Order: sequence, then structure tokens, then C-alpha cells
Amino acid sequence: MNNTSLKDAYIDKTRRDFLKKAGAGVTTLALASGVTLMAYPAPAQARNPDEAADPSKRWGLLIDVNKCTEDCSACVTACSQENGWKLDGNPSVDAQWIRKLKIKNPHGGHEQTFPVMCQHCAKPPCVDVCPTGASFKRTDGIVLVDKHICIGCRYCMMACPYKARSFVHEPLTDQKAHAPRGKGTVESCTLCVHRVDRGDQPACVEKCASDGHGALMFGDLNDPNSDISKRLASYPTKQIRADLGLDTGVRYQNL
Amino acid sequence: MFAIMKRLLSVLVVASAFVLSTPVQADEAQSRAPGPQYSLPKDATSCVRDTSFMRRNHMNLLLHKRDQTMHNGIRTKKESLQGCINCHVTKDEAGKAIKISDPKHFCAACHQYAAVKLDCFECHRSTPETPKDTASIPNIPAHANLLASNANNSGEAKALGTFLKGVAQ
Amino acid sequence: MAKHVTYSQIGTGAGFYGLLALLGAFIAAGAASFLYVEHHGHVVTGMTNQIVWGLPHVFAIFLIVAASGALNVASIGSVFNKAAYKPLSRISGVLAMALLAGGLAVLLLDLGRPDRMIIAITTFNFKSIFAWNIFLYSGFMVIVGVYLFVQMSSGLEKFKKPFGVLAFVWRLALTTGTGSIFGWLVARQGYDAAIMAPLFIAMSLSFGMACFILVVKYTGKATDRPLGTAMTWRMGRLMGVMAATVLYFTAIRHLGNLYAAEHAGVEQFILFGGNVFTTLFWVGQVLLGGLVPLALVFAPNNSEGSSRVTLAALLVILGGFAQLYVIIVGGQAYPLVLFPGMEVSSSFQDGTIASYMPSLPELALGLGGVGVAILITVFAMMAFKLLPKNLSDAALDPHLAAKAK
Repeated sequence: MNNTSLKDAYIDKTRRDFLKKAGAGVTTLALASGVTLMAYPAPAQARNPDEAADPSKRWGLLIDVNKCTEDCSACVTACSQENGWKLDGNPSVDAQWIRKLKIKNPHGGHEQTFPVMCQHCAKPPCVDVCPTGASFKRTDGIVLVDKHICIGCRYCMMACPYKARSFVHEPLTDQKAHAPRGKGTVESCTLCVHRVDRGDQPACVEKCASDGHGALMFGDLNDPNSDISKRLASYPTKQIRADLGLDTGVRYQNL
Repeated sequence: MFAIMKRLLSVLVVASAFVLSTPVQADEAQSRAPGPQYSLPKDATSCVRDTSFMRRNHMNLLLHKRDQTMHNGIRTKKESLQGCINCHVTKDEAGKAIKISDPKHFCAACHQYAAVKLDCFECHRSTPETPKDTASIPNIPAHANLLASNANNSGEAKALGTFLKGVAQ
Repeated sequence: MAKHVTYSQIGTGAGFYGLLALLGAFIAAGAASFLYVEHHGHVVTGMTNQIVWGLPHVFAIFLIVAASGALNVASIGSVFNKAAYKPLSRISGVLAMALLAGGLAVLLLDLGRPDRMIIAITTFNFKSIFAWNIFLYSGFMVIVGVYLFVQMSSGLEKFKKPFGVLAFVWRLALTTGTGSIFGWLVARQGYDAAIMAPLFIAMSLSFGMACFILVVKYTGKATDRPLGTAMTWRMGRLMGVMAATVLYFTAIRHLGNLYAAEHAGVEQFILFGGNVFTTLFWVGQVLLGGLVPLALVFAPNNSEGSSRVTLAALLVILGGFAQLYVIIVGGQAYPLVLFPGMEVSSSFQDGTIASYMPSLPELALGLGGVGVAILITVFAMMAFKLLPKNLSDAALDPHLAAKAK
């Protein structure tokens, strides 16, 4: 073999390798940017902490059921880690702010799984029935429990059509600083209000995006230019138990 | 008539002596009764309000701020409960933060002394949150750093990391 | 034709103190259970995130509903001017207040945060029927209190009728409010029915009369002033009419639900599911709480005494507990229907029938409430002149004795 052909072969090989790697790199960057754009739509959502919640906004979620798989419960894990609740082996009394639901069509057996949490209704029955007003809807649409005035009567748990609320049955310690929770009060998904107020997204949305599924999308339903509003405008979506007329803030696509 | 007035006067004198002898301000230097043993933060300059205000009105301030935070979403950092707890932390010999059940906790020191039950710590944690306690969902900026800085990573991985860091900012 | 009635207190013999000791034991057990649950959290009870209201609420709602109905005797006397009932209106008012106090005690002590009682009575969301109920219950105590005062003071007779009417209307509102707690819940298939309000009114009249008959009959027996047989029968038959009305409204509610495919699931579960609720409904509520008492009070009677009425009253109360258990617990046991027609499962018991095992602390709390109600009644009868000295038919209503049975 002469040196020129070996050298040429080597150069060709390195050229091919370079092209392959460059191509892979560009594709990765292109795909990665898509993923990150989903996770960080716009950093400029942080509100000045001294200001009140913005009533012109209405926070909501859009869940694409097709992107949800049965064996994944990353959103549930993320929520429990973020907010300090966990399944302790006593499923009938353990708090669950979000759960994966599986529905199966008895005719044919088709199955779907997707997360269900507080639907943050515009007309929440839980707010209607609370005797002290502890269950309330903030001006930006997030439904919360003011645990300072909750007396633990559990009427909101009776009234919620989505079984979103949990009662704390045991004394708790070492709560997360941003998610106080205590025995004798009722709690549910807060749409990670502590994150939303500083411009981040709920933990479940962020985790699903960082895991690469992108099934959950968060945004301002009142802003026609937000990603979520554009998606709602382009694709058919539905609310769970829409017939109750509650106008939920959580919508589902491909359900 | 005079006898009654004399008796009234003597009662008045005794009563006022009794009242005036008890200190109006819980000032340790003048008080003869043992006061609450609380410790102040070592490196703090001042609290969000001055001491005499806080002694009398901290409850009202807490209630007001909590309603503002809960219902209006106002989260002024300086006036958050977490802010109070982070500053007024007391540590034991091992350097671990003391919880509310221990009388050396800042709030417990006075509240146990005055026998006023605290409701806050049924739900709120009574010690500052350490990084270990904080949420550990995959932190994208942290991972981006790992990608960008790890020398073993290939060039594309480093490029991706740099890109992600830039977007995350 | 106002007749002069002499009232007297009951004496304080060995029986009185024995009863007080027994009631004290029940109340102490209830208090102990409250402290135990309050300290450890509701995990020590049988109530869960699926069955959030359990046995204590069955007891509490029974007592509250019976309280409203116990006032019926006074209403019949003051509002509808039936002479025979007038002498019984004082004990009727006191029994109503006592039953309500017992029911509220159970309800408030079962709260997750009973230490926030002050918040519960000062912070109100007026869209909540629960908040309205707080006003209705406390208002009831005040109005019946004033009504009693007016009855027991000389010179205030002219206020008896207006306060009697006010109390009558108020308790209709109160019972409507109690029924609407369930009737206004759209979320659950077993509730969401406007008929719950009139159903609860009928229940209150039935249970209240049953409690009243038992209390007055046994107090009369124990304090040597036996209640007249004809009067017992008269009240027993009125209770029977009310029990029949309960059966009617129950039938309407279930028939309506059965007709609509939408509610077929919950009806299948309760009426034909072969579970504890099915037994409690058919055997407890319909048979023992409805049909048997009706037979007892309306079938031709050849016996001399009124023991059949007593048995009927006891069965009505038993049936009432069964009915409330089916309404309160059964309505929660059937799962919420988020996706009609689909099979649903999750880690949070979606789509599954919830199971519930009442625990001892819950039973103790409920019985403690009953103890409070009876203790207040007994104590009031000792402290005040509530019962007429003579409860015989002739004394209550001369025409009654003539008609006899």
C-alpha cells in the first residue's frame, strides 16, 4: 500500500466522521432547542414579589394524553418531591395531589393514562361549599386552600367532582418551606403557586418536559398569544366532566 | 365619714403601690421575675420592625402578611415567614437548627414562657430549609452545567450544555 | 278553652343519679375519643380520603334532624292549636334544644381543626349552605329558648303564638338546610337531588316524634305520672304518618334515579348491590324503620297498653340511623363518575367502591353526643318545671279519653 492512499483513506474517514458528528450535533441542537423552548417558553414571566397576583391572567394546564405513557409517573414524583407529600403505604389516607388515571373502554379494551389533579375550575364547587371561605380562587384563577382558616370539615372533599382534595390524617414534620401542610386541614394541587409567582412552571410540567415527554403545558389562558392558547385554538381539547359547567383551567387533548 | 375616706385612701395607696411596683415593660434589667430566655440572631442588623413594635404586634404583622401572601400572592422576601425563621434560627452544639418543640427555639422561648399556644408550626416548618430538604426535581440549569463542564463529554454534549445554559438564563 | 296545667320538676332519687352516672360515662368516653383523635389525627378513625364523613356524622345528622322534629309537638300546640299537645310544648322545646346540642357537639368535635371554632363562627362564606346552617342552628337555640321563656313566664302568653310560628318556620328552614348539604352536591351520583330537602323534613318529623314519645313515656313512667295511653297512641299514629311520608319521598327519589340511565350505577349499588348498604336500606330503613312501625301503629289494636307504640318508635329510630348511614356513607362509597361508561383505575381509588369500617373512637363520639342530649334533657327536667304533673288522657285532653283508642 502506498502512503497516499492510506492517508487519503484516513482523511476520508475523518471527513466522514466529522460530517456524521456535525450532523448529529446540529440535529441534537435543533431537537434540544425544541425541548427547551417547551420547558422555557419565556423567562419574562416573573412577577415583582411585592405585587399582587395579576387578575388579567388565568393560569391553566393543557395535557396531551397521547404523550403520556402508562409506566411513567414522573409528574406525580415531581409534585410529591416539590411539595413534600408522599405515598406512605396507607393509600386510603395518604394525600395525593396528583395521580395517574387509567381509563379503559370496555368495548374493545382501548386504554389511556393521564394525570389528574385539581382542575382549577372557574366556578369551583369546593369554593362554594366552604363554610369559612378557606377554599378560594385567586384572582389569577388558581384555586387554593387557605390552611390558616380551614377548619377541616371536609365538605369541599365531598363537593369536588374530581376527587382532587386530600385530608391530612396525621401530624406532619419537616414540611417544605414553600408548601406548608398540617394535620387536620384539607389540601390539593396548588398549581405550584410558589413557582408560578416567581415566573417558573409547576413542577409536574417542568419534569415532564425535562424527561422529554412534554405532555403537560402550562400558560396563561387569557393571553391569546400564549402557547397554551394557541394550542387550544388549533386542536380539539376537552374538560373532564364538562357537563357540570365548571369551566376548568386544566384541559385535555386527545382524550 | 372621715373613717370611710381614710379607709378608702389607704386602700388606694396600697393598690397603687402594688400596681406601680410591677414593671410595665418586660425589661430584663428592672424585672424581678425571670423572663423568657431567648437568643437573638448573631449577625443580623435589625428585624423588619423595631423590637418594641415586634414584642407587642408581631402577631398582627404575621396575620396581615399571611393574608396578603395567601389571597393576593404578595411575597415580599424580607417579610416572609421563611425570612423570619432563617434569621431567627438557633443552633444546638452540633450546629443543627433547633425545632419548635425545644424551648431554645426563638419563638418557643417566649411562647412557652407566656404559655401561648402557637398554631403556625402545625403546618410551617420551624427551621430553615437546607439544600438537602429543597425540591430535587431535575434542575435543568444544574444539568446544563454538568454537560458543559465535564471534560469527558464529547464536543456535542458540551455544546448542548452551553446552549442550555444560555437559554435557561 | 284554656285549662290550667300544673307543671312540676322531676325528683332526684337514686334512679336520677344512676342515670346521670351512666350518661356521664358515655360522655366521658366521647370526650376521651375526641382527645385521642385530635391528638393523633383522623388516621386513627375509619374515615379516609374516600369516605370523609362517617359514623360521627350519621349520629350528628340524626340528632340534628330529630331536634327539628322534636319541636313538632310544640308547633302542633301553638301553631295548629291542638289542645292536647299544648301541655307538652315545654318538654318539646327543651328536647329539641338538647338534641341539637348533642348533634352539634359531635359535628364540631369531629372537625380536623376543632381549635378553630372561633373562626368557624366568625368567618363566613355565605354561598355555603354549611355557613347558613351555622346561623340556622344557633338561631334555633335562641328562638326556642325565647319561646320556652315566653311559655314559662306568666303574662307573656300573647307571645306564645308568634314565637311558636317563628320557631315552626325556622325549623323548616333548618331542616331544609340540613338536607341541602347533600342535595346541593352535584359532584356525587348519590346526592345531587333537590328532593333531599323535603325528604329531610319528613325524616325530622318522624325521628323527632319517635324520640319525643320515648322520652316522655319513660320519664312519665319513672316519675309517677304515666303518659295517657290514648295520647301515646295518638302521637304514635302521627309518627306513623310521618314514617309513611319518609317512605314516599324515598321511593320517589329512588324511582326517579332508576328511570335515568345516568344514575343507574349508584341505584344498582345501593338497592341491589348485595352489600351492607343494600341490607341497611331494605331491612333497616324500609322494613324495620318503615313498614313494621306502620303495621304496629295502624293495625287494629286489642291490647290495653301502648307498648306497640314504644316498639314502633324504637324501630323508627333504628331505621333512621340505617337511612342516614346509607345516605351519608353509601353516597360516598360509590365512586365519582369522571368518565361515564369507562373502566377507571388509579392509585387514588378512582373507579372503585370505597370501603369503610367504623372505628371505636367514632362510635364513642357519636354515643357521647347522644349522652349529651339526654343529659341536658334530664337535667332541665330536674331544674325546671317542664312536665305537667298529670299526663293522663283526661288531664291532657278530656275529649281524648272519651274517644279512647
